[in-house]
Amino acid sequence: MSVELDVFVGNTTIMDKEVYQLWLNGYTVNDAVKVRIEGGVMEECEASAEVLLSDTMDQFRTFQMCERLLQNPAKLANQLLFQIPPDRQAMLIERYYAFDDDVVREVLGKKLSKGTKKDLDDVSAKTGITLKSCRRQFDNFKRVFKVVEELKGPLVENIKQHFLLPDQLARDYAAIVFFANNRFETGKKKLQYLTFQDFAFCAGQLINNWTVGAVDNMVEDMDVDLDKEFLQDLKDLKILITDKDLLDQHKSLVCVALRGKTKVFNEMEANFKNLSRGLVNIAAKLTNTKDVRDFFIDLVEKFIEPCKSDKWTATDVNLYLTHYTNSAHILDTFKHQNVWTRYMGVIKSCILRMYHE
Amino acid sequence: MPGKLKAKIVAGRHLPVMDRASDLTDAFVEVKFGNTTFKTDVYPKSLNPQWNSEWFKFEVDDEDLQDEPLQITVLDHDTYSANDAIGKVYIDIDPLLSSEAATVISGWFPIYDTIHGIRGEINVLVKVELFNDLNRFRQSSCGVKFFCTTSIPRCYRAVMVHGFVEELVVNEDPEYQWIDRIRTPRASNEARQRLISLMSGELQRKIGLKVLEMGGNAVVGYLQCFDLEGESGLVVRAIGTACTLDKLSNTYTPATAINPCNSSPSKDIKEAGFGEEAPGVPLSSGPPTPLRAQTFSSFSPSKSYSRQSSSSDTELSLTPKTARICLSPSSPTLQSKSSPIPTTKALRSTTPPPLHVSQSDTAMLRKSVSFSEDLLLAASGMGSGGSAGKEAGPLKALLRQQTQTALEQREFPFFTLTSFPPGFLLHVGGVVSARSVKLLDRIHNPDEPETRDAWWEEIRQEIKSHAKALGCHAVVGYSESTSICEEVCILSASGTAAILSSRFMQDSALDTEHRFEDLMSPGCAFCHIPYDELNMPFPAQLTYCHCCRRYKVPDVLFTTIDLPTEANVTGKGCLIQARLCRTKKKAQGEGNATAISNLLPFLEYELHTQLMNKLKLRSMNALFGLRIQISVGENMLLGLASATGVYLTALPSPGGIQIAGKTPSDITYEQHISNMQKKINDTIAKNKELYEINPPDLVEEVIGSPIPEPRQRSRLFRSHSESSDEVSELDLSHGKKDAFVLEIDDTDAVEDIHSLLTDAPTPPGFYSCNTEIMPGIYNWTSALQMFTSVRVFRLSNVNLTNQGLNKVFNDLCENLLKSLYFKLRSMVPCCLCHVNFTVAVPEDELIQVAVTAVAMSFDKDQTQENGRQSIDKNLMKAITENEDQLQFPLELSAESSSNPLNSAKGLSEVSGPLPSARVSSLEKASPLPEGRSRSLRSNRSYAGSSVTVVKMTPLSFIPGTKIIKYLGIINMFFIRETTSLREEGGVSGFLHSFIAEVFAMVRAHVAALGGNAVVSYNMKECVFMENPNKNQAQCLINVSGDAVIFVRESELEATPPQPHSASAQTSSSGEGT
Repeated sequence: MSVELDVFVGNTTIMDKEVYQLWLNGYTVNDAVKVRIEGGVMEECEASAEVLLSDTMDQFRTFQMCERLLQNPAKLANQLLFQIPPDRQAMLIERYYAFDDDVVREVLGKKLSKGTKKDLDDVSAKTGITLKSCRRQFDNFKRVFKVVEELKGPLVENIKQHFLLPDQLARDYAAIVFFANNRFETGKKKLQYLTFQDFAFCAGQLINNWTVGAVDNMVEDMDVDLDKEFLQDLKDLKILITDKDLLDQHKSLVCVALRGKTKVFNEMEANFKNLSRGLVNIAAKLTNTKDVRDFFIDLVEKFIEPCKSDKWTATDVNLYLTHYTNSAHILDTFKHQNVWTRYMGVIKSCILRMYHE
Repeated sequence: MPGKLKAKIVAGRHLPVMDRASDLTDAFVEVKFGNTTFKTDVYPKSLNPQWNSEWFKFEVDDEDLQDEPLQITVLDHDTYSANDAIGKVYIDIDPLLSSEAATVISGWFPIYDTIHGIRGEINVLVKVELFNDLNRFRQSSCGVKFFCTTSIPRCYRAVMVHGFVEELVVNEDPEYQWIDRIRTPRASNEARQRLISLMSGELQRKIGLKVLEMGGNAVVGYLQCFDLEGESGLVVRAIGTACTLDKLSNTYTPATAINPCNSSPSKDIKEAGFGEEAPGVPLSSGPPTPLRAQTFSSFSPSKSYSRQSSSSDTELSLTPKTARICLSPSSPTLQSKSSPIPTTKALRSTTPPPLHVSQSDTAMLRKSVSFSEDLLLAASGMGSGGSAGKEAGPLKALLRQQTQTALEQREFPFFTLTSFPPGFLLHVGGVVSARSVKLLDRIHNPDEPETRDAWWEEIRQEIKSHAKALGCHAVVGYSESTSICEEVCILSASGTAAILSSRFMQDSALDTEHRFEDLMSPGCAFCHIPYDELNMPFPAQLTYCHCCRRYKVPDVLFTTIDLPTEANVTGKGCLIQARLCRTKKKAQGEGNATAISNLLPFLEYELHTQLMNKLKLRSMNALFGLRIQISVGENMLLGLASATGVYLTALPSPGGIQIAGKTPSDITYEQHISNMQKKINDTIAKNKELYEINPPDLVEEVIGSPIPEPRQRSRLFRSHSESSDEVSELDLSHGKKDAFVLEIDDTDAVEDIHSLLTDAPTPPGFYSCNTEIMPGIYNWTSALQMFTSVRVFRLSNVNLTNQGLNKVFNDLCENLLKSLYFKLRSMVPCCLCHVNFTVAVPEDELIQVAVTAVAMSFDKDQTQENGRQSIDKNLMKAITENEDQLQFPLELSAESSSNPLNSAKGLSEVSGPLPSARVSSLEKASPLPEGRSRSLRSNRSYAGSSVTVVKMTPLSFIPGTKIIKYLGIINMFFIRETTSLREEGGVSGFLHSFIAEVFAMVRAHVAALGGNAVVSYNMKECVFMENPNKNQAQCLINVSGDAVIFVRESELEATPPQPHSASAQTSSSGEGT
């Protein structure tokens, strides 16, 4: 004796936010029922476990039917099958595309391929998030990537338009897409301390300053790729370290500016050439795709780690980078002011973000 | 050449990928009407094709316009093989044929495939030009308005209520034709859908003809059903109430009164056609013509005259295609007699023999079992009849006489209405019902459905005689239904015997109107017994009315109608259900029919006992909206009675329930009994509190009445049947006892008590009823949620006893209700209105229960005393204050503030995306059109959505709103089948998506007509069959309702609506083209 068929269909599709979240989290119906029982909904509404099971199954089915539409959110507003109030639509989409920082951290910068998807069970084991949920998140990354990859115009706007996401979420996705496209290495041990939000911030900096769209702001430009011309120009910065006079001049300018303002002055003075070489070398090598991938690890190895070992504070770093950048403008023989500003602006904010004390 | 149908295919969107290689589709469209087909060009390689076709024009008879649907097929072009069908859209163009309904159909329709479900959408424009047709003997009845609503539609006034119209057409079921063995399931399903659509159209047209014949211009309470008789065929039948309606010249604003439809005939050929159409028949309203009056004065009593055989029809050579002319049986044939066609008289001779002959022809006619439950209920009394008549004074008597004669002229004085214009319903007798068990055999000649006609005829006669026995001359709230299992069919009809005023039935109605105002009954008059107190048809206990103390009332009143608005009710009402399941031996043919016939009386008796017990347990004394469904399966019979219980102030307060044991010597047993008694008493007390039943204690004052012991009037009430006398004897024996006694030695009684006490009370904040309105709740908010829920329960192989089966069925219904309450908990405080249960036994061990209802929130802080006076104010306040998350009030009110008419906005939205959609296809790189993306970027309120919000409700109104226009009837039939049941999420997944699809298609059709709501929505059929072993399932759904445009009452006061109808629609659609 059993209920063989049990459906409830409302003219306005009924969706419980709490159940939706359980579904998104990849719970099975039975697990979801358990969670709901623990949540006390039964006492509130005088319901039995049976009722709860029926309701949960029904809603899970509704979500499953909606999933196809959620994968193409623009359709959700135009489809006729489910009558869903606009505020609910927005909620459904936003939650469907929400992700766990822990999960995205694991796949950030990796190729969004089948191979990566296969490794998701490791991600699931490591993060404690169900494989189902990991897969949904991964598929979302991939879907967004596929759609905006070839699109012209500002990346964040494109994502907002096609996936109807709120601003912050769209920015996060832009970061994910950007990382996946440029395949930035983020998995190395030395980078483990960085959170997704750190990387998302850096991605935002890179997108806003180093892509073609950043300068022209024209619709034809792509936001996902770095500005090739700019990367080429970065080679010219090498003069800052190859020209001995320039290097010394630069150092003395910075030292004058910082003297007495920081506790780590001596370490800074001793390390100046190394640090400067590190940063300029990173710039000069960015024409190689391989080195682009190592961008963050280079930043850590060539700059952050040395500073850390000398016990610089974030204020010290900020002070140093500010004067390091500005002093270069005073150098008479240094002609590449624009490139320098564009480069150092991003480097400075990235390092500051990545510099955890 | 009476009509030109024009259709234009604009665009498609979200089409499925038909070409795996390119992931695209080369779509084109076939537009078919009758035997004419047009095709659009192929729009290559796109999932969002822009055909933007020319206008396809069909020149057709208006008869075909009524019968045929416009059939739109979307196909994928294939150079090398046959073109693949993507799906179809059937558009019923009937709404375009009435001058007061829609003028254009324009919008996105889901493309539907019976195997794959909805596959994308198509944008279509349809218009009709009707020409003048002066032929009085035409077969079409364009212009007659149809309403599913079982009351006078909100923006109309009833000038005259003519009475009952019925018709049925039969055909072979394509599913059972030989060709079905060789064709695909898709072809078979489509043939069925198309056939039913055709038959519905034909049926509606024929009913329309009858209405015109009677001088009416509308059918109200139109109920169309189909019977899938399997091998023996397919029957589509309909009943309704013919009326002459007058559109209210919208009182709220003169602007809308300037209805472009009516005022400027020259603008529209169609209107012109209507104005002059059939001069002998008043269409829109107006006084009846002399011809009709004449018709009424001379009554031709023989029914057989009203039918003409098909052969004679052909002789007439009006339209060879139609099977037969159907004159209403209730209207005499005088008209045809006096008609200028001489052949009519000849026809008479060729008419088929009278009814009884055809009956004898049908060998399988079974003994018919029928009841007058009315009687039963009546078992608890009524009365007035002679005495009341005397007291009523001469005027009333005279009026009644008038009505009587007016009604007697009708063959069947039946009304499918459940609520009435004030002053129409005078007295209510009680429920009358009749059932009969028939054996089906093949319908040999679809053109002569006499057998089925005769069956219904028989039942209606019985109903009529039951009503007479109750001293009533009319039956209101009348409905008919069937239940079929294999070759056995149970036909049921039920209604409420009543006495009506002549006000709406005579030509002089308008004169008497004012006189009637004086007589206008207070809230108790309808309870006064219509039959003779001294000559009661059954034993009953009468008391003087607790309101007026002048007339007699019964102690309990059962009706099938809605609670009259003027009724005095104490406290709130609640849904009361009696559920019963009885095993039956498997049998074949006659044996089976006999077995069922024998079981039926007991089933009905039990159901009534249960209803009565539950009513008493809730301390109530009347049932409204009573609907008893008996469903037959191979090895069981299911009975489900639903009604809304209320405490009518006019009726005496019900007594308690007393339990008696037969073996009082046993102490533990006594204890058991007293425990039970205590439980029952507690429940009664609790219910009184819950439903706020605090009647004024009038007992002392009634002491003087001739009826003794008013408090003990309750007796176990037993069905009284004309055919089974032993039952009524039982009744008498119980009648001697003072209180309502349940003897628990009786296994039935144990069961009764069990079911009494297992009915869980509704959770706090919830109320439920199966009528239109809930007494005691007046301040509805705009939060509204219509839903359908279906459950199928499989009984395992164990041999269940009646009791076991009963419990299973009872639990199934209870659990379903509990689930509903849980689902809708966010709407609290709320009331489930119009809760409509349907049960079926689709297979041996399956029980299917389907519920459709609407949940409506109300304002908690209602002031009950002045509730009725301040309804409107409360409603408006509620609209602005209450914003349920599930609903759209925010959006709606935002929409409305910018635009006085939701509908107008909806229309522009519908056609809006057309041009922008074109942009998108030109620029393939960006799948989103410019305009849309901009709006999305700027604000995420989804302003770009092209989907009109369409509300659906089984009620005839939407709280807080005013219906300003009826756009036509929605009557849709769909079949869905799957051969990959598991892949579609099993049976639940399959049915879930199908029901969602049906809703979507209803909404799309309403939106295309320019509407924003469906009222009186009803899912009349949901036939589900599965074969999990073969991974297959099939489901048929039939839904109906009235498409309307509503506006919020708050807006009406703020801004006068503009004349929107025709002009707004055409202009907005013009932009799109």
